[in-house]
Amino acid sequence: MTMANFTVPTVSNTVASTEGLVEKITVQNLDFFYGDHRALKNINVSLYQGKVTAFIGPSGCGKSTLLRILNRMYDLYPNQRATGTVRLDNEDILSPSQDLNLLRAKVGMVFQKPTPFPMTIYENIAFGIRLYEKLPKSELDGRVQHALERAALWTEVKDKLGANGQSLSGGQQQRLCIARTVAVRPEVILFDEPCSALDPISTAKIEELIDELKEDYTIAIVTHNMQQAARVSDFTAFMYLGELVEYGETTKIFTAPNDRRTQDYITGRFG
Amino acid sequence: MAGPTTITPSTPIYAARRRKNFITMAVAYAATGFGLLWLALILIVLFWEGFSGLSLKVFTEMTPPPGSAGGLLNAIAGSLVMTFLAVIIGTPLGVLAGTYLAEYGRYDKLSTVVRFINDILLSAPSIVVGLFVYEIMVAQMGHFSGWAGAVALAVIVVPVVVRTTEDMLTLVPDTLREAAASIGLPRSKMIQKVAYRAARAGMITGVLLAVARISGETAPLLFTALNNQFWSTNLNAPVSSLPVVIFQFALSPYKDWQELAWTGALIITLAVLGLSIIARYLGGQSKKS
Amino acid sequence: MTSSGRKPVVDVAYPAGGAMTETASSDRAKVLNKLRFSDVSFKFLTRAAAIAVLIILSGIIISLIHGSWPALRQFGFEFLVDESWNPVTEKFGAIAPIYGTIVTSIIAMLIAVPVGLFIAMFLTELCPMFLRRPIGIAIELLAGIPSIIYGIWGLFVFAPFLQQHVQPFLITVFGPIPILNEMFAGPPYGIGVLTAGLILAIMVLPFITSISRDVFEAVPPVLKEAAYGLGCTTWEVARNVVLPFTRVGVIGGVMLGLGRALGETMAVTFVIGNAHRISGSILAPGTTISATIANEFTEAVGDIYTSSLIALGLILFIITFIVLAAARLMLMRLNARLGK
Repeated sequence: MTMANFTVPTVSNTVASTEGLVEKITVQNLDFFYGDHRALKNINVSLYQGKVTAFIGPSGCGKSTLLRILNRMYDLYPNQRATGTVRLDNEDILSPSQDLNLLRAKVGMVFQKPTPFPMTIYENIAFGIRLYEKLPKSELDGRVQHALERAALWTEVKDKLGANGQSLSGGQQQRLCIARTVAVRPEVILFDEPCSALDPISTAKIEELIDELKEDYTIAIVTHNMQQAARVSDFTAFMYLGELVEYGETTKIFTAPNDRRTQDYITGRFG
Repeated sequence: MAGPTTITPSTPIYAARRRKNFITMAVAYAATGFGLLWLALILIVLFWEGFSGLSLKVFTEMTPPPGSAGGLLNAIAGSLVMTFLAVIIGTPLGVLAGTYLAEYGRYDKLSTVVRFINDILLSAPSIVVGLFVYEIMVAQMGHFSGWAGAVALAVIVVPVVVRTTEDMLTLVPDTLREAAASIGLPRSKMIQKVAYRAARAGMITGVLLAVARISGETAPLLFTALNNQFWSTNLNAPVSSLPVVIFQFALSPYKDWQELAWTGALIITLAVLGLSIIARYLGGQSKKS
Repeated sequence: MTSSGRKPVVDVAYPAGGAMTETASSDRAKVLNKLRFSDVSFKFLTRAAAIAVLIILSGIIISLIHGSWPALRQFGFEFLVDESWNPVTEKFGAIAPIYGTIVTSIIAMLIAVPVGLFIAMFLTELCPMFLRRPIGIAIELLAGIPSIIYGIWGLFVFAPFLQQHVQPFLITVFGPIPILNEMFAGPPYGIGVLTAGLILAIMVLPFITSISRDVFEAVPPVLKEAAYGLGCTTWEVARNVVLPFTRVGVIGGVMLGLGRALGETMAVTFVIGNAHRISGSILAPGTTISATIANEFTEAVGDIYTSSLIALGLILFIITFIVLAAARLMLMRLNARLGK
C-alpha cells in the first residue's frame, strides 16, 4: 500500500498517437453548472478532424452534457452555464458574441430518439438546406437525394418522399435525421446515444454510416454501449462523475487503460 | 460535394433570415405588451373607480333606491348564500362523477361519453343554463327564487368539479391503490381513505376554482334568482346578488347606482382573484407532494 | 445487570399460531358483508352521478326545445331567416341576433387569435425566465375575471374612448374607400358591433393565450432542439416545428375561445346597443343572441315572446355545442398523438 494510490489521477493523454492530426474542437478547462450543481469539472479534450471520438461512462457522468456544450444546446435552458473555452477551429464558441444559428449549422446533432419534424420526408431534408441556400428545384432535389443516399435511406424512401416523416420506422427515422443533419453540410456531427432506441439491425446500419461519414466530418458520439464505442471510434474518452478520467486511442483505452476506474468500467465491474 | 460552405452573418440568405426573425420577435414582444396593456387598463380603472366608493357602508346598508346613498349588503349576502348552496349541491355530484371517471370506469364507453359532454358543459354559454333552470324551476313554480339561482349556479359548478376530481385522482399513483388493496381494503374504502386523501389538495383547488367561476356569473341569475332590493332570507322568493345588481345599476342613469356598480365590480374581482390565488397555491402544493 | 426477574419475550398477547377463533371468523364475515354492500352502493352512486352529467345535458336540450316549441311552431323555418323583432305584433325572427353573434365573434377572433398566439410564443420561447411565471400567472388570473367586469369597463371607459377618438378617425379614413366606407359608416355611437367585438377580443385573449401556451409547451423539447441543432432561428422553430406539431391543438384552443365568444353574455350586453337590425356598418348598434336574451327575457310578456327568446337560446346552444365538440375532438386528437 503506497501513498501514490491516494493522489488524484490526472488525465492520462496518450500524446504520441495524435501526431499529424488536426484539432477540430479543443476543450480547455471546461466547467458546467446546472444552477449550483457543478456537472462537469475541468474538462480538457480534443476532437480530431476526420476521426470519431466516443464518450463513455455510467449514466449521469456528464457525457451528454459535454456533447450539448459543443453546439451550445444548453443555451435553450435557463440556469445552465459553461465556463472555460471550447474552440472550434480557432473560434471560441462559448463567447457571448458567437452566432448560435451559424454554430449549430456547423455542428450538427443527432439525438437519442429520432426527431423527424412534422412534415414530409422530402421537406424534412429540404427544410434545413433552404435555411442557408436558395437553390433551384432541380438542384434542391439533387441535394435531398444525395443526403438521403449518404444516410443509406434513399432506396427505401425514394418512392414515398411525400409521406410524413413520422410514418417511417424508428431506424429509418433516425437515418432520416442523419440525412437532415448531413444536408446542412456541417463540419462536425454530434451523436447523442443515437442507437439506444433502435433494434440491433438498425443499430448496425447506423454504425456503418458513422464509419462512412467520418471521412468528411469530425464526429463525436456519446454511447453507453462499450462494444459500440470500441467498434466505431478512433478515440475514446471515459468520464466519471463529471470528470474526464481517461482519454486516448480506443484500442489503448479498451486494452490497456491507465486508470483503475476505466479498467473497472470497461470490464463491467460498475456502471 | 459534402464540403461545408462558408456562411457568415452577412451571407444574404442568412441576413434575410435574421431580419425576419428579428421582426417576428419584435412583433411577439409588441403583442405581449399590447395584451398586457389592455388588461392593466381594465384593472387600473376598476381599482380607481371602485375604491372611491368603498366604505363600511357598502357592507352594512341595503341597496338604495335611485338618487340616494346606500350599500350592497343584501346583494353580497344573496351572492354568498346562493354560492354556498350551489357548492353544497354541485360538489358531491361532481366529486362522485369524477370518481367514476377516474376509478371505476376509466376506459369504459360511458366515461368517454361523460367526459366529452362534461368538457362541453364546462364552456357552454351560461345564459343557456339560466334558461334551462328557468324552464324546470321558475316556470314550474310560477315565480323567481333564490333556490332557482342556486341550482343554476350548481349546474355550472358540476363540470368544473368533475374535471378537477378526475384529473387529480388520475395523478394518484397506481402503486398506492395496489398497496391499499394488498392490505385488504375494498375498492370503495381504498378510494375514500387513500385516493381522496392523496388527491385532497387538488380537489379543494377544483372547488375553489368553481366558486371563483360562479361568484361572478351574472347571466344564469338574471331570470332565476332575479333581483331584490331588500334584505330577504326567503329563498323561495327573488334574491339579490352582486353581479345582477352591478348589471342593473351600471346600466341605470343614476350616478349613485353607477358608483355602487363599480364598487361591487371591485369586490367581485378581488374575491375572484383571491380565490384563484389560494387555489393556485393549493394546486402548487398538491403537485409538490 | 440482573436478568433473573425478566420474563422471556414470548407473545403472550397472541394465541399460538395466530389462527382465528370461531367467533372471530364469523365477525369477519359480517364485516365483509357490510363492506361488500358499501362497496357496491358506492360504485352505484358514482355511476349515477356520472350519468347525472348526461342528464343535465339532455335536460338542457329538452327544456330548450320544449320552451321554444310555441315559437318554432308558429314561425317555422321563417324564424331563422326573419329580421323582424316586434313584441307588439308578436312577430319574431332570429337572423339579426345570429348575425350579431357571428360578426362580433369574428371581430374578436381576428384580433385575439394572432395576438394570443404571439404572446404564447413569447412566453414559451422568448420571455426571460424570471418573467415567465409572473406573466403566465397574470394571464391566467385575468382569464378568470368575470365577464361583467369587462362589460362595465367597456360601457364606461372603452365605448366613450372609441366614440371620441377612434371611430371618427375610422370614418374619415375609410370614407373614400368603397366597401370599407360601408363597413365603417355612420355616426360614432361608441357602443355597437365593433365595440362589442373588441371587448370580446380583450376577454378571450387571455383564454386563447393560456391554452396555446399549454399546447406549445407540450412540444417535446428534443424536437425543438433538433430544429435549433440545424441552425434554425427562434421564429423558424416556431413556424416550422412548433406550429405544425401543435396545429390540431391550437385550432382546438382557438375554437374553445370561439365557443366562449359566441356564448358570452355580459361583456357584450353592455356595449352592443341592443338594436334588432342588420346594419352594413360595424359601427352601428346591433345585438347578439345572448344580449337579446339577457336584456329582454324578464320583461317579455306573452308566451310567444318568451318562447322566441328561448328559441334563440336553443340556436345559441346548438351553435356553441358544434363548435365546442369540434374543439374537444381536436384537442383529444393532439393528446392521443402526444400520448403514444
